[in-house]
Amino acid sequence: MSTAATTETKPAAPAIEKIKVKVDGREIEVPRLIADWSGKLTPTTMIQACELAKTDVPHYCWHPKLPISGNCRMCLVEFGTPALGPDRKPVMNPDGTPKIAKSPRPAIACATPISPGMEIYTKTPAVKQMREGVLESLLINHPLDCPICDQAGECKLQEYSVDYGQSQSRFVEAKVHKPKAVDLGPRIMLDAERCILCTRCIRFTRDVAHDDALGIINRGSYNTIATFPGMPFDNNYTLNTVDVCPVGALTSKDFRFQMRAWFLKETKSVCTSCATGCSILIGSREEKIYRYTPRDNDAVNASWMCDAGRLNYKWIGRADRLKDVLVRGQKSTWTAALNEVSDKLKQAPAGSVAIIASARQTNEELWLLSKLKAKLGAVSDSIARIGAADKLLVCDDKNPNFNGARLTGMCFTEAGINLAQIANGIEQGKITTLIVFGENLVKHGVSAKVLGEKETISEVVEQHSLTAELLAKLDTLIVSDILPNETTKLAHYVLPGCAHAEKRGTFTNTDGRVQKFMKAVEAPGDARAEWEFLHDLVHNVTGQNRFVTIEGLFNQMAKEVSAFNGLTWQALGDTGVTVQI
Amino acid sequence: MSFQPTSELEAEVSELISHYPVKRAASLMVLHAIQEQFGWISSDAVQWTAKKLELQPINVFEILTFYPMLRQEPQGKYAIKVCRTLSCALGGAYELHQHFCAKLGLDAHKHGPQTTKDGKFTVEFVECLASCGTAPVMMVGEKFYEGVSHQKADEIVGGCQ
Repeated sequence: MSTAATTETKPAAPAIEKIKVKVDGREIEVPRLIADWSGKLTPTTMIQACELAKTDVPHYCWHPKLPISGNCRMCLVEFGTPALGPDRKPVMNPDGTPKIAKSPRPAIACATPISPGMEIYTKTPAVKQMREGVLESLLINHPLDCPICDQAGECKLQEYSVDYGQSQSRFVEAKVHKPKAVDLGPRIMLDAERCILCTRCIRFTRDVAHDDALGIINRGSYNTIATFPGMPFDNNYTLNTVDVCPVGALTSKDFRFQMRAWFLKETKSVCTSCATGCSILIGSREEKIYRYTPRDNDAVNASWMCDAGRLNYKWIGRADRLKDVLVRGQKSTWTAALNEVSDKLKQAPAGSVAIIASARQTNEELWLLSKLKAKLGAVSDSIARIGAADKLLVCDDKNPNFNGARLTGMCFTEAGINLAQIANGIEQGKITTLIVFGENLVKHGVSAKVLGEKETISEVVEQHSLTAELLAKLDTLIVSDILPNETTKLAHYVLPGCAHAEKRGTFTNTDGRVQKFMKAVEAPGDARAEWEFLHDLVHNVTGQNRFVTIEGLFNQMAKEVSAFNGLTWQALGDTGVTVQI
Repeated sequence: MSFQPTSELEAEVSELISHYPVKRAASLMVLHAIQEQFGWISSDAVQWTAKKLELQPINVFEILTFYPMLRQEPQGKYAIKVCRTLSCALGGAYELHQHFCAKLGLDAHKHGPQTTKDGKFTVEFVECLASCGTAPVMMVGEKFYEGVSHQKADEIVGGCQ
């Protein structure tokens, strides 16, 4: 196993010729070709050059991850190119600079390629006037219902109205009324009056999700986004259209009318619904999570995430969360429980302890468990979750951190191969202490109940023989989990843990991308982040130093686990680092 | 699918598709062919067309809803098309349209083509029929009438059996 850690996911592309252009009088060098929405190299457009020059060009229909459409006209800019004389040689100014022939007409920056020596003007009075004109035109039939619109606060129409809008509409005629609250599909609602027909949603579902379900029907003023009657917009990526919609036309049925966007605290995190580990933002307010939205990460999920993962957050706020430390069913304190557990583990004879970790735990927690495992000479394993994959983002491995469990040595190339050995050990009385993290063993043992559980979206196919009767034979059953289940009921020690949104840590995704996630909300009751109490436990049992911070813990793990060598918490950045797996 | 194309239609559509470099380009011609035969284009017909052209139904539906000449509802046996472009509008096209609607029990203020309950007549406005000198002009099916007075209109309706 190589120990090299790289920030690049692909080998460096061959060098691309650079050309010089001027944006608002400032000369910059930009590559002649640049990756388009699909990653293919295409001639750099003016809007991309402006972006590289850190000059904002307002736009609605253009999206870096969607094909160019060029219908909103908001990105109109003026430009000029070096003038050529009759001899096809550049004409020079008296001061020796090339003479620029300004184009008599503006061009849309999103679809016009740059050429050497081109000058782009984004701040001229004419450009300002054009933006004002386009905006006024887009607002003619817009209902201007921002106070009741879900998009308010993250709406491009609002933002550009501040810059280019008028305080009063000049439109005195009757507005065109179009359908409102149109049920496009199980998760999407359309307000056709707010729509500016930028076609981002159509292009997304056609070209990215490969489900050509949306189109523009009718004609002229009555144009509206629609599905074919009787064919609801229902693929696993529909909610991305809500993200790409620059206005309040497409809204998520799950999020609409729940919370104003400006109240949400946005926390950088990682989706845990499968091993892809899409980068996400958690929108929360007052310790309640309201939504997940995808966060740009070209090494993992581009700008997208699946609907199933996006909506899989409600269990975090469930009322029946484990909130108390329980010792044999009685409410206890962390200090008391951890001391008792530490003493038991210290006295446990070698080989009498087994650890079943979860591949839903973080790298740091799994590494701490591996310390316990080494000290106690324990058998360890994890539980596989296998479901259906798709071609875009969804991975068949429904554990977010199976690679982490593998790299820290808590399980092997296949999860679950040691479970039979653990079951036999308990049966024969060799294993008397079992530590379980985040897995409901009884559920996995009893197949009939598997599909009835709605705790996760994953379909669990792993079966084994760790039944309730078997677990009852144990002298000590230490269970840490987030939600109550059959295993926590049987446990002698229940240590309430945290959802990923309630702690910090890192996951290693299916491609070996190590990504960190931040804490969005507080854990309920006495629940504590697993790494916090695990390092206490590891300290008590092995005498290893405590780590007060997750940074220190991660950096120490990176030193000791060969796959993570060279990583630091800081170097992970927002989008993570890919390691050799 | 309840849409039952005849073998002639199938043959015609295959022929139409063969005229174009990509199948999608034949969309409009295929819809015309279907309308020619059935008088209108049902939802099932759209799905059948989409399948023929290797498209999604929404792609065909976009075209169908764009052109008013393509019908999403069955038409009356007699399609009365009243021109309302400038010359005819000045020559009394709106009054003529109103007259038809009153006579046939239809609402003249409703948008788009309207069909009588018995399915016999469909009345609608159309744009220029290219006979501006003899306004108001109209068509019934493929038959063309010029200088239509209300009396002549009554005769035309009376002649429709």
